[in-house]
Amino acid sequence: MGWLFDPAHWSGSSGIPVRLLEHFGYTLLTMVIAALIAIPLGAFVGHTGKGGFVIVGLSNALRALPTTAVLILVVLWAGLGDFPVYVALVLLAIPPIMAGTYAGVRAVDPVTVDAARGVGMRESGVLLQVEIPNALPLIFGGFRGAALQVVATATIAAYTGAGGLGRFVFDGLALQDFGQMLAGAVLVALLAVLVDLGFAGLQRLTVSPGLRPVGTGGNR
Amino acid sequence: MTWIFENWERFWEVTAVHLRLSVVPVLIGFVLAIPIGWWASRSQTARAILFPFANVLFTIPSIALIVITPVLIGVKILDEINVIVPLVVYTVALMVRAVADALAAVPGNVVAAANAMGFRPLRRFLTVDFPLALPVTIAGLRVATVSNISMVSVGALVGLGGYGQLFTEGYQTDNTDKVLAGLIGTVVLALLADGLLLLVGRLLTPWARVGR
Repeated sequence: MGWLFDPAHWSGSSGIPVRLLEHFGYTLLTMVIAALIAIPLGAFVGHTGKGGFVIVGLSNALRALPTTAVLILVVLWAGLGDFPVYVALVLLAIPPIMAGTYAGVRAVDPVTVDAARGVGMRESGVLLQVEIPNALPLIFGGFRGAALQVVATATIAAYTGAGGLGRFVFDGLALQDFGQMLAGAVLVALLAVLVDLGFAGLQRLTVSPGLRPVGTGGNR
Repeated sequence: MTWIFENWERFWEVTAVHLRLSVVPVLIGFVLAIPIGWWASRSQTARAILFPFANVLFTIPSIALIVITPVLIGVKILDEINVIVPLVVYTVALMVRAVADALAAVPGNVVAAANAMGFRPLRRFLTVDFPLALPVTIAGLRVATVSNISMVSVGALVGLGGYGQLFTEGYQTDNTDKVLAGLIGTVVLALLADGLLLLVGRLLTPWARVGR
């Protein structure tokens, strides 16, 4: 673990703080883009109940897509840079978020939805004010699962020369520097735990207390 | 697509390696996860230790686990075991939860009836609890298999075999067709394995369809 605690590795444009921020930046922007695509799709299909098999099938097919191949293909087509990284990571993050949103909206008690219609809510109100707030625990479940995968997989971005903590893994591999590889791996795992804690906090702030599981200590 | 047809033999060779590197860890991981999952389904303490630990294992990036494994167990970096061990770890981490949830969901009255009929613990587990837990267990196994098939490719970044080799070679020689061949192979293999497990699950649990 000596590599990790050497002060020389904590400064400069390729130091640990810079790589950590790059990695976090990839994760954050990926999650925002993926959420903007996957949540409306999952919510719409969950609300109308039409095309559920398309969502499930699409999620499964996307899950099987090897991120390394997507990254390399986009690099070959569009050139090096951050763009291929985002394409690969967003495709990775969409299935869990979409499946979570779809399942969450489907699982809202029909009696609740019926009551919302009964008090005169429009369809948009039913979806935005009743179904989505009630589905939030499952949406967060999918979102946090996706975030863990994105943090872990963003490591691969370094293979095509992009930044992030993967630099330490691939540079260490090239130099046969085990300490550097291990430091990269440990930092990624740490970042994953921190990101998950952050989203757990966000979940606590946004999910209605009435939806918290009763009698269990868990936060899911 | 032309690459596949022009390099048929190489394609099959890579397919066979990829299949071996993804199926062997699933089998080992599944067998290991059954007793651990059983333990987690019986003990609150075991759950409190195992589940968070499994979550942390998932956060370790596969490329990192693949490069660390040879140092930990003392083999060369180009040994296939370096992909197999990490994938076993991921499979166990995923399957323990699936097996534990599945066993915990077996109806109590069924277990009580089996006990009353004089089933001994091991026989009860093999002929009552485990078969009833199969649908959820197989659902977990499908996720583990598909993610393993997709993850084997990462091994190629350090020089190991499988479709991932087509990715790295295609990248180095600017050959899009070769990368696409590996991508298509991976997705088709994953969908086939998924469909096969779905079918096996249906054949093994005929009672699940009765009355629908």
